[in-house]
Amino acid sequence: MSLRSPLGTAKGLGSAKEGLHHWWAQRVTAVALIPLTIWFAFKVAVLSQSDYQTVIECVGSPWSAALLVSLIVAAFYHAALGMQVIFEDYISHKAARVGAIMATNLLLFLLGAAAVIAVVRIALGG
Amino acid sequence: MSSNNRPLSPHLDVYKLPLSALLSIVHRGTGAFLSVGSIALVCWLMALAEGPESFASAQAFFGSFFGILILFGWTFALFFHLANGIRHLVWDAGYCFDKEAVSKSSLVVLGASGFLTVLVWIVAFTFTIGA
Repeated sequence: MSLRSPLGTAKGLGSAKEGLHHWWAQRVTAVALIPLTIWFAFKVAVLSQSDYQTVIECVGSPWSAALLVSLIVAAFYHAALGMQVIFEDYISHKAARVGAIMATNLLLFLLGAAAVIAVVRIALGG
Repeated sequence: MSSNNRPLSPHLDVYKLPLSALLSIVHRGTGAFLSVGSIALVCWLMALAEGPESFASAQAFFGSFFGILILFGWTFALFFHLANGIRHLVWDAGYCFDKEAVSKSSLVVLGASGFLTVLVWIVAFTFTIGA
């Protein structure tokens, strides 16, 4: 049996090294999204009046599809992290807060998966 | 705590928000709006993957008055969040924290997001790949 207090056992161990993860992931996805969103916005702009065949070829070309999938993964991950902070700040009821975060994460994952599947299908010419 | 009638600060309804504070909440607002707006992106990609008919109806929707209104708001929200996000990264690196720099960069953020929004719409209406 140890006579050390709980504080004594915890002291000096340092942090769990996990605290920075959310903050850091938000920054990494943010940096990735700077070139990706500019590329995507202007890509869609020049395609806004193109015919179906041109859009399919332009979106489905290998590099374009790779950039789009990167954009989708970064954007939905970034959105999930950001929405989590908003819910943590404004929903004080714990069960509602956890529920809102979980529901948003699941929904954003589904939307991201749908977008990736769509791009893959376009790229493979399904 | 219970009988505490001392004034709280800052009460938002009697407090004139400085521009930087306004942009801070708009950053959050645009972030939430873009999260919801991502549904539009998913619908567009899904319609494109489905085939020519569903792509044509998606294009018709996004080309309608209501569709263009949504897309215009969406592009401004995107470029605002982008420009202000870059400012956040600069702050994270420890630069431009003093009051004058923040006031100045607020204007830069507004100018850049307005400029990029107008530019992308000019491109959309003047440049076209293919037919």
